[in-house]
Amino acid sequence: MSEYIPVLIMLIIGAGTSALILVATTIIGPKKSFADKMEPFECGESPIVSPKLRFSVKFYLVALFFVIFDIEAVFLYPWAVLFKSLGLFGFVEMMIFLALLGVGLIYIWKKGALEWE
Amino acid sequence: MIADLIEAVAKILFIFGVNMGFFAPVLGWVERKQSAVMQDRVGANRADIFGFTLIGLLHPVADTIKLLTKEDFIPAGANKLFHTLAPFITLTPALIAFSVIPFGGQYEIYGHTINLVIADLDVGILFIFAFASLSIYGVVLGGWSSNNNWSFLGAMRASAQMLSYEVAMGLAIIGVIMVYGSLRLTDIGAMQENFFKWGIFLQPIGFILFIACATAENKRIPFDIPEAETEIVAGYFTEYSSMKFIMFWMAEFLEMITIAGIITTLFLGAWHIPFISSKMLLSLFSFAGANGATILVMLTNIATFFTKIIFMIWFQMTIRWTLPRFRYDQMMKLGWKILLPLSLINIFITGLVLLL
Repeated sequence: MSEYIPVLIMLIIGAGTSALILVATTIIGPKKSFADKMEPFECGESPIVSPKLRFSVKFYLVALFFVIFDIEAVFLYPWAVLFKSLGLFGFVEMMIFLALLGVGLIYIWKKGALEWE
Repeated sequence: MIADLIEAVAKILFIFGVNMGFFAPVLGWVERKQSAVMQDRVGANRADIFGFTLIGLLHPVADTIKLLTKEDFIPAGANKLFHTLAPFITLTPALIAFSVIPFGGQYEIYGHTINLVIADLDVGILFIFAFASLSIYGVVLGGWSSNNNWSFLGAMRASAQMLSYEVAMGLAIIGVIMVYGSLRLTDIGAMQENFFKWGIFLQPIGFILFIACATAENKRIPFDIPEAETEIVAGYFTEYSSMKFIMFWMAEFLEMITIAGIITTLFLGAWHIPFISSKMLLSLFSFAGANGATILVMLTNIATFFTKIIFMIWFQMTIRWTLPRFRYDQMMKLGWKILLPLSLINIFITGLVLLL
């Protein structure tokens, strides 16, 4: 556990630096506000639609694929560390697992879920 | 115990000083100067103290003073808490991620063993990935809380892009772990003493895949769609001003350094000089006595490591100013249809070669 203490010190120093910059820039800079200036930037126009509307469903799909394939990657890490001691059996077993996910990748590919038109 | 604590604090201050005190400000200058040289311009050269411009090296100082005295702008309708929190969440993980990268080997000086890494974790690579992916929260929060259409589009693009490339990046590293059989970065570094055992020779495909994915994770050209100036102003940090704006840039530069560090440790032989083993170095420095020779070897190794890092940073900068930007569909196609299958094939081939 003791090897994590330097990480903790680093975390405190890092967070402290970030917080210091934030506080400094909030205190030092001038503050002049009027209605026209506080508008969100829209290339000189007044914004007519709020950004908090619906957006493309494609982004949700990417998030779903990410969960599937990233969990696959998480399973691969311990296997990769022990690869040499697991031998042929471990290799074949993991390749079957990868093949199953490969079939999944081909399926979403053929379904057109990876197309951005 | 006291010696260990002093050693730990010294290493933290060294890395922190090098990253925040040297690399983060100087890289801002390097990026401007290198782009200028590559495009046949002069670049930043105006900021001076009593007429001394030092080829523009005073610009980072001038920029910091200027940005500190600028107004901290939060647009109407923005979520003030998240708008302030976003740069914090982006910068802090970028600062910490470097702490598991070894910048030298293990040395015995005056009976005290020095291990030149801040935290020698047995899950080193996973630690870096965990902290590197935290920065996505800062990006999405910043874009969402700004109440600006461009910011929101930038945040959506950034989240989809970073998620896509994180998968391929995680899988590209698997080959290296299979070859070296460890997640501990000091072990991986120590195993690359022989020039022909460097990761770039054992895992050439993994090296190319990792550079591509890491550039995309860092949102740099050719993958800078989330902040594409010609399309969505500045993407997710359109509404940021003063030091908050520069915090996103600092995070990007720090991530560049971390990427250079990972590439050096995994693929470019970490702190080893090609064809010169530690024993040869030790006999070369034998005139300084046992402890002096070890100290000189240590300094040589640190210098070698940072030379390699600077080379990789130069390489990333050159990519930035050489290639044009991908279109969004091209980028997602590259991530899911080319890099992901390639990294799976790489794992298969690596396993096959290791078993034979």
